[in-house]
Amino acid sequence: MPTTTTRRRRPAMTLVSFLVVVLILVAIMAFSRTWTPKLGLDLSGGTTITLTAINATGTGSVDQDSLQQARTIIEQRVNSLGVGEVTVTTSGNNQIIVSAPNVQGDTLIEMVGQTAQLEFRRVYAVEQSYAVGEGQATELPTVPTSVEQRPSEPQSELPLDQVGREALIAEQLLWKPTDQDEQDFADFACGDQMPMVWDQPYFACPRDSQTSGYSVKYLLGPMMIEGSLVEDSGAGIPQNQMSWIVTLGFDSLGTVLFREATTALSSAEEPLNQFAIVLDGRVISAPTVNDTIPDGSAQISGSFNQESANNLANILRYGALPLNFDSSDAETISPTLGEDQLKAGLIAGAIGLLLVIVFCLIYYRGLTVVVVASLLMAAGVVYTLVCLLGESMNFALSLPGLAGVIVAIGITADSFVIFFERVRDEAREGRSIRTAVETGWERARRTIVVADGVSILSAVILFILSIGAIKGFAFTLGLTTLVDLALIFFFTKPLMSLLVKTKFFGTGRRWSGFEAEHLGISAARQPRPRALATAKEG
Amino acid sequence: MSDTDLLEETQAPKKVSFAHKLWTGQISYEFVPKWRRWYALSAILIIISIGAIVIRGLDLGIEFRGGANFKVEVAQVTDSTVEQFRVAVMESGVANLDATMVTTIGTNRVSIETRPMTVEEQATVRASIAESAGVDPEAVDSRQISGSWGGQVTKQAAIALVVFLVLVSLLMSFYFRDWKMAVAGLAGLFHDMIITVGIYALVGFTVTPATLTGMLTILGYSLYDTVVVFDKVRENTANLDECKMTYGEAANKSVNQVLVRSINTTIIGVLPVAAILFAGAFILGSGPLEDIGLSLFVGMIVAAYSSIFIATPLLVQLKMAEPAMKEQAAKVERRRKKISKTEAAKPVSTPTYSVEVTTTADAQAAYVRQQPTKTPRSKRAK
Repeated sequence: MPTTTTRRRRPAMTLVSFLVVVLILVAIMAFSRTWTPKLGLDLSGGTTITLTAINATGTGSVDQDSLQQARTIIEQRVNSLGVGEVTVTTSGNNQIIVSAPNVQGDTLIEMVGQTAQLEFRRVYAVEQSYAVGEGQATELPTVPTSVEQRPSEPQSELPLDQVGREALIAEQLLWKPTDQDEQDFADFACGDQMPMVWDQPYFACPRDSQTSGYSVKYLLGPMMIEGSLVEDSGAGIPQNQMSWIVTLGFDSLGTVLFREATTALSSAEEPLNQFAIVLDGRVISAPTVNDTIPDGSAQISGSFNQESANNLANILRYGALPLNFDSSDAETISPTLGEDQLKAGLIAGAIGLLLVIVFCLIYYRGLTVVVVASLLMAAGVVYTLVCLLGESMNFALSLPGLAGVIVAIGITADSFVIFFERVRDEAREGRSIRTAVETGWERARRTIVVADGVSILSAVILFILSIGAIKGFAFTLGLTTLVDLALIFFFTKPLMSLLVKTKFFGTGRRWSGFEAEHLGISAARQPRPRALATAKEG
Repeated sequence: MSDTDLLEETQAPKKVSFAHKLWTGQISYEFVPKWRRWYALSAILIIISIGAIVIRGLDLGIEFRGGANFKVEVAQVTDSTVEQFRVAVMESGVANLDATMVTTIGTNRVSIETRPMTVEEQATVRASIAESAGVDPEAVDSRQISGSWGGQVTKQAAIALVVFLVLVSLLMSFYFRDWKMAVAGLAGLFHDMIITVGIYALVGFTVTPATLTGMLTILGYSLYDTVVVFDKVRENTANLDECKMTYGEAANKSVNQVLVRSINTTIIGVLPVAAILFAGAFILGSGPLEDIGLSLFVGMIVAAYSSIFIATPLLVQLKMAEPAMKEQAAKVERRRKKISKTEAAKPVSTPTYSVEVTTTADAQAAYVRQQPTKTPRSKRAK
């Protein structure tokens, strides 16, 4: 029969193609030099902070743009700490996860959780800073720079009433930097930590000056207007104009203060006609004031594009993060505990694998070869994929993730059980073992697909909808089940087809797992494959 | 036992394996006919579970209550360790720490649980714990969880549960082309969930988000098992038109046939989980590994039970309520009577073949047992 010949040729082909695909994966892994998976912080040690956004209105979901915005702001904030490889990601539709490997939590938690300070200060000088990068600020210098010794507490109290503030701003507009301020400013380099106090001058660099090299530095006066007085802000292109602008609206106190400030600034010389918008100690923008703005609604124009205009408008509007956050989970794991957890996970995996193999050896005897080969193959493919995903998608293997892989050992082996039992059923019905593998497969295939399908479905749903640790578990569980599905089609089944061609398996020798005694069929019935059609029913 | 082929051939009938006896029906357990017994058992378990959940409640982990947790390694846990760290925490200068719980994990780790703290308080307590343990503050693991965290996890898990149930019902209805199978499968699922949660309440295991993870995974696993059983049921009930057996008998036969497979898949599924549980409980002492492992371990065993003892009988009852199935069952009955009359008329019938068919299972067993007769197929009773 022609069909049987093609069927016989196919397994080797399938097997080879599958191995080629696996080799390609390994080659990619070798090429990108990612030999180990990226480990989650619970396995390598570090700090994870989960921030959950609270919708301001209290109803409905969190605006996704705002969430992204918040993520960017937090990222910039954390990067200014200069603690190395901090990743800030969004999770679900309302969470931001900050993970910092090998960082002890307290500073980070403080930094991330605090509400950002937005201030308007007058610009007194703009100079070049020969900055070393922020990235190297991790190790604090032993001798504090002069900047760090400046007062870290306000020397006076901020008046709350309008009269007091009006008097204050009049006073502030007359403020001049002292010689000491000038001297310190000259010594200042971007990256130096300087306390930001409202009634003290402040030195700052632009927000985007993160990389080493030249940067601009500003000498700023005391705070004139605080960010909380900003009532509204927006971005747009005014009619008959081409470029983006950012609009700014103050509340009543802000309007008065802004009018006073702009009156003074608009008549001043460069750079004293500039005010700086300072967020978290960084200058976001330093617009020049052209006119007195009496009504508290200003327009900031410049070389904005849509993104930068919206960005600035958002910063002005929300003062800091566009959303309110609840620091719902902060976890610090020391490298030793991380190592222990990794070890325990690996031991669990090894024991699990061993137990499954021993069980198969007892029950399926020679077929254990297939089980072991398939499980090792599955382990290899999953390992490769986890490494590659770590490289390409920043997927980090966590402890629950590891548990997911181990649980999936069972699911993988389960598909073999379904397959083997089916083949045995077919053999009991009197088929030769060689035929039983083919017909058994036809029937087992459906069951395996739908059973694995349910497993994958639950993993996908869990992955999409869940948060925190569950996500990592669902991901690896789903991934491994998917690998299992591919494996049984393209590896285990062809391998079986090839193996039953050997005398050992094909004739059901002792220990092959197909022995007649083990199956319960009398040897005499075995070589009568033709008698089967009728026996099949029931 | 002899190794030679010749002897094996002659002795074959005596050496028939358990699996094969189940397969042919030589051994048949009455899973479906004795449904009252299994339902009663499950009903009792469910009542105990619900009672335990209501009365004892669940021991919710720190993730649900909110609080701070510190872990530190010490050289050797002694009798005074707990008191030592309690004092250290109390004397750290942070107020309101009377409810602090200190527990030891294994022989060299201490876990300290306190109320939720501010960042500064956390740093202070951490420092005093480190001092007491004689280590660097950096070696102290800490976790700060707001009470809302667990709530969010639960909410998301509940959403996941609902979505999963809807999709899985659709998938199963589509795959089996029979919504009744989906209903029976889901009933088994609820059964598993309630009993698993009940066991948690009863024993007092701590519920953490990792536990929830495990429980949600059981959903998938429970159905995995049920799908395997139902697949066989579907196959065995495809030819009911021949009126050899009723739906219930065919289903019972299916369960018997997949029994070995079901036990094997459960054992194989549970082995790695047991390994996780072992590593989590004995190597780490506590944490997500133990929590996931435990909930899966309990859930998988319950799931294996339910797919055989609950889901299948329920499916049979649902199916037998259909008029077509009742009619078919009546036909089977009539056919059996006819056969028994003809058999009674013939004096040469096989002695093992029972004529007085009373219970359905007997009928089925009797039917199958005629297979090994020497009568040519064509001459056997139809």
